[in-house]
Amino acid sequence: MNKDYEVIIIGGGPAGLTAGLYASRARLNTLLLEKGLAGGQIVNAERVENYPGFPDGISGFDLGSSMHQQAEKYGLTTIITEATGIELHGGQKVVKTTEGDFTAKTVIIASGSERHKLGIPGEEELTGKGVSYCATCDATFFREQPVAVVGGGDSAITEALHLAKFASGVTVIHRRHQLRASRILQEKAFSEPKIEFLWDTIVEKIEGGDLVRRIGLHQVITGEKSALEIAGIFISIGLKPNTDYLKGILPLDAAGHIITNEKMETEIPGIFAAGDVRHASGRQAITAAGDGATAAIYAEKFITEQD
Amino acid sequence: MSKPIAVDDSNFDQMVLQADIPVLVDFWAAWCGPCRMVAPVVEELAQAYEGRISFAKVDVDQNPKTASRYGIMSIPTLLLFKKGEPVSHIVGFRPKADLKKSLDAALE
Repeated sequence: MNKDYEVIIIGGGPAGLTAGLYASRARLNTLLLEKGLAGGQIVNAERVENYPGFPDGISGFDLGSSMHQQAEKYGLTTIITEATGIELHGGQKVVKTTEGDFTAKTVIIASGSERHKLGIPGEEELTGKGVSYCATCDATFFREQPVAVVGGGDSAITEALHLAKFASGVTVIHRRHQLRASRILQEKAFSEPKIEFLWDTIVEKIEGGDLVRRIGLHQVITGEKSALEIAGIFISIGLKPNTDYLKGILPLDAAGHIITNEKMETEIPGIFAAGDVRHASGRQAITAAGDGATAAIYAEKFITEQD
Repeated sequence: MSKPIAVDDSNFDQMVLQADIPVLVDFWAAWCGPCRMVAPVVEELAQAYEGRISFAKVDVDQNPKTASRYGIMSIPTLLLFKKGEPVSHIVGFRPKADLKKSLDAALE
C-alpha cells in the first residue's frame, strides 16, 4: 500500500469527497481516509431537498455514494480507517491512523461532525432501547406508538415529519419558543396533525427499565416539571465537530471547530479544513462541498508553489 | 473470500445459535444510511477473522421475528453470539478498531 501522497483528505462527507474530486482532477496523488462508507452525516437524510441539481430531491445515501463514485473515477484512493492525529516533520505532514502512518504534502481536514448527546440520566443506558439519533433508521420500530423529538433545527423537524408517518403521535420538544428550522419545514410540521410542540422545554431524564417508558420535562419559563409517556425519543440537538484528535495541533474555537481563512487555510501552512468541522461553516451539504472545492484548489496552489 | 451471509427468520437458529464458532450478526435495513456505512467495515472484519468468527446479516424489514426476539429497536445493531447467547451488543456505527476489540474479547 502506498503511504505517501500529495494530498490526504480526512473524512468522506460532501466536503472531503468534493475536495477529493478536485484534487484528483488536478492529477494530484490523493488519499481519502474514511472510517466507514463515504457520505458523512448526509447518509442519515432520507431525502435531501436543498442540494441544487436534484429538483425531486435525492436520498442522502445516493448523493454521498454518487459523489464518491465521481471522485474515484478520477483516481481518488479511499482507505477505511480512523485518523488519530497529525504530526509535522519539517514541511511533511504525517497523518496517524488506526492502519498506520501516511505522509503528505498537504492535508485537508473534513472530518465533519456527529450528533450531540443530551447528557442526561437514562440516555446512554437506553440507547437502542428507545433512545435514537436516527429517525430514518429507527422510525419503523415505533409503529402506532407515541414518540418525542428533541430539537428545533432542520434535522429535528425532518425527523419529526418522517416519524409522523409511523408513530401514533410525535411531540417536538424545543428549549426555545420558536424553531430554527427553515420556513418550508416549519410550515409542513405545523400542518401535520400528528405533530405537537412543547416550547421552552428541556428534557431532564429518560426513564424505563428495559425500554424507554417516559421522559421528565422542565418548562424553563414557568419552572413546571412534568412527565410524558413515550416509547421512543429521537435526539437531534445539533452537531459536534470531530476534532478531538486535533487538540494541541490546531487552534480550535470554543465549540471545537477549526479556524480557517476564506481559502480554507488553517494556521499551519499546507493544512486546510473544509465543511462542518470548520468554524463559520454553513453546515449544509452544499456549503461543505463548496468548502471542499476551495480547499483542494488552494492545496494545489500550495503544492505548485512548494515545488 | 469470506463475506457476511444473509440469514433469515427461518434459518437463524441453525446458522447463528447452533454455530460452532462465535457469530457476529449485523441487523440492518435498506433505508438505513448508517447501516450501509457499517457494511464495508463488517466485510473487512469478515476477511480478517475468517475461520475464527463467522459473520451474518439480518434484514430487519424482511425478518421482524428475529429482530423483535432480540429487542432490536435501533439499527445498525451488531450482536455477537457465542454458543447461542448474545455476549456483546453494539448499537450504532463504531470504527473498525473498536469492533476488533469486541471480537478479540469474545475469542479469549
